[in-house]
Amino acid sequence: VSTSDPDVPSELAAHERATDRRNARYGLVLFAVYLALYGGFMAWNVVDPLGLARPALFGVNVAIVYGFALIGFALVLALVYMTLCRRPVRGVDKDPS
Amino acid sequence: VIYESSQTAVIVFVLFVGAVLGLSFHLGRKAKSAQGYYAAHGQIHWFVNGIAFAGDYLSAASFLGICGMIAFFGYDGFLYSIGYLAGWVVALFVVAEPLKRMGRFTFADALDAKFGSRGIKLAAAISTLVVSIFYLIPQMVGAGALVKPLLGFSHVQGVLLVGVIVILIVATAGMVSTTWVQFIKGSMLVVFCAILTVLIVRRGFSTSPEVDGKVFHQFARLPAGAFDGKPGFSVVPEQGAWKGKPYLRARDDATGLVRVWRREAGELTETQTVVTQTDAAGKKAVMVNGLPQGRGPGQSDLHPVGNVTKLPGGVPATGPLGPAEFFAVLQESEVLVWGSDKILETLDGKPVDTVIYFQKPTSGASLLIPGGSPTFAGLQKHQFFPKLDFLSLMLALFCGTASLPHILIRYYTVKDQDAVRKSTVVGIASIGFFYVLTLYLGLGAMTGGTLDVTNNNMSAPLLAKGFGDLPFAIISAIAFTTVLGTVSGLIMAASGAVAHDIMTNVLKMELTDHGKVRAGKVVAVVVGVIAMMLGVIFEKMNVSFLVGWAFNVAASANLPALVMLLFWRRTTKEGIAAAVVVGMVSSLGWILLSEATFKSVYGLDPALAPMPFSQPAIATIPLGFLTLVVVSLFTQKPRRI
Repeated sequence: VSTSDPDVPSELAAHERATDRRNARYGLVLFAVYLALYGGFMAWNVVDPLGLARPALFGVNVAIVYGFALIGFALVLALVYMTLCRRPVRGVDKDPS
Repeated sequence: VIYESSQTAVIVFVLFVGAVLGLSFHLGRKAKSAQGYYAAHGQIHWFVNGIAFAGDYLSAASFLGICGMIAFFGYDGFLYSIGYLAGWVVALFVVAEPLKRMGRFTFADALDAKFGSRGIKLAAAISTLVVSIFYLIPQMVGAGALVKPLLGFSHVQGVLLVGVIVILIVATAGMVSTTWVQFIKGSMLVVFCAILTVLIVRRGFSTSPEVDGKVFHQFARLPAGAFDGKPGFSVVPEQGAWKGKPYLRARDDATGLVRVWRREAGELTETQTVVTQTDAAGKKAVMVNGLPQGRGPGQSDLHPVGNVTKLPGGVPATGPLGPAEFFAVLQESEVLVWGSDKILETLDGKPVDTVIYFQKPTSGASLLIPGGSPTFAGLQKHQFFPKLDFLSLMLALFCGTASLPHILIRYYTVKDQDAVRKSTVVGIASIGFFYVLTLYLGLGAMTGGTLDVTNNNMSAPLLAKGFGDLPFAIISAIAFTTVLGTVSGLIMAASGAVAHDIMTNVLKMELTDHGKVRAGKVVAVVVGVIAMMLGVIFEKMNVSFLVGWAFNVAASANLPALVMLLFWRRTTKEGIAAAVVVGMVSSLGWILLSEATFKSVYGLDPALAPMPFSQPAIATIPLGFLTLVVVSLFTQKPRRI
């Protein structure tokens, strides 16, 4: 892309806006997934705390396994988000980079 | 418990703090412009910034508070870990990138990027200041608690020491040095806690944990009638404040020593007592377990506590365990945790205050589910408001992280949105890893035989002491730099709010770039002094309680405005300013009128408190959203035809 091309600034801006919109969409979807898991755990704590004493994995109870899973899953979703955000944006003609 | 400062601890501590200060002065010379002072020229590498996030976030509450809560009450402390980490999901997926796009130095910049309104800047700056100061109080209180056993200082001296060092750091250098302090501290904290966790799991459990080669004091349990007619002993008659209480006081007729035993399930169990007697001149005399407190002959001190009383198969020790086996074995064991009771009486016109610490053998299985602590006890009862209180706190932790000013300013220290994303992911990885460790650390402290029954904030450093003087020295120094780092981040945020947002943008004071930096430093000193005073005033308050305040206020005041600005096109400047003010005032007001505050702060009857539960977020966050929507709808600009 030539720097003297008068369309470059607007193309760049359009590309950035499209990227931002797409990233925001990914972010909201992943946020909703995590919210469901977190909300589910908190609801379980309120409704049936004693039920969390049941063994889940390797003799460790549900409370600990679910808690560790919530922490681990936050990292997994964060990595998924980072990967998704790296992909080129569809629907924009040129990638100015 | 009387603590003697160890030479190793003092040397390691001085080296640590000296190195941090040296680095700070060195880097500080580079920060001459406002962009450098407040945002480190946006040139911090994303990885360094990510670990610095961990440094900023893993404050005294995370490290000392969570470990202490788990050590004393079990799983409930880990719920804080889960909530604190979950907050980063909101930060990464919802606010991080737009905030970077819109802002320059501070949260108020971002909130106001679209409108250029002085009202928004003022509201956001005040909310930043309020949240920063509330968050500063527990850090200062934690510092005081930490320095006491480390250097043998008083609480006031501890607070002053932290205050002065932090003011030196912030006033000399700004965001570059703060970031590096956080990076060093964050990485050391995570690495050292990982090492400690390996040591805990390799140690396994023992019914008589050995500390410093000393035999663990086994607390006695006697038959209910053990003192009935026992030669050489007489039972003190139950009278006054002792009447109807489940205690028996047995006097040794030869020495006159009186020991308190608790009647429980057909047994008498040994207790530990601290009696404080105040004379007419206000001077206090402290007796521990019937003798004057001290280490000399004829004196006594509290025994360290925390051990497993029964292990699966009746074995005395497990030997090394695997990471999952650690929990599985504990679930099948019985642990000796401690409760406390207070008896107030007047003897010869002088007030006498007796605190009794008593044994509570508890099954490991019930310590590893929610509802074991006084904070979350309502979870296991069928009561509506305690359950709502729990949900409200978990909501505040979830929403509060993305609204904390000292975390938000860290989005401006990196180059672009890509770096913001990467550094947040690094932050989540390191913080999440640390929070997994908190459960091992807390349970290791619970069963390691080193706990101070009077103070749960000290559990993590005392756990390290169980592994020798050097680990204790290192972890205390790290804990101290934890406080230093978080306090410097908070003072930076507060300084930016006053010098950049209020002085420059609201009051329109014409400051040169150099003047802006100087103003920021002066504000940093003033905020630091205020924090020191509050740290002394709030000495007796629970650290986690205060941190809960900060998260509730931050989430209620800032989150509705941030989210709606990003996702609702009809948001107006009036709507934003109103949401920030209403969220801040309502959450603060709710906290000040809640049961917990009536009891812990005012010393009033909690039944008089008008609010039905203590954590306001579940009501005040929706109120913030509602305010923003209603005010925005009423203040829409007429559309052009």
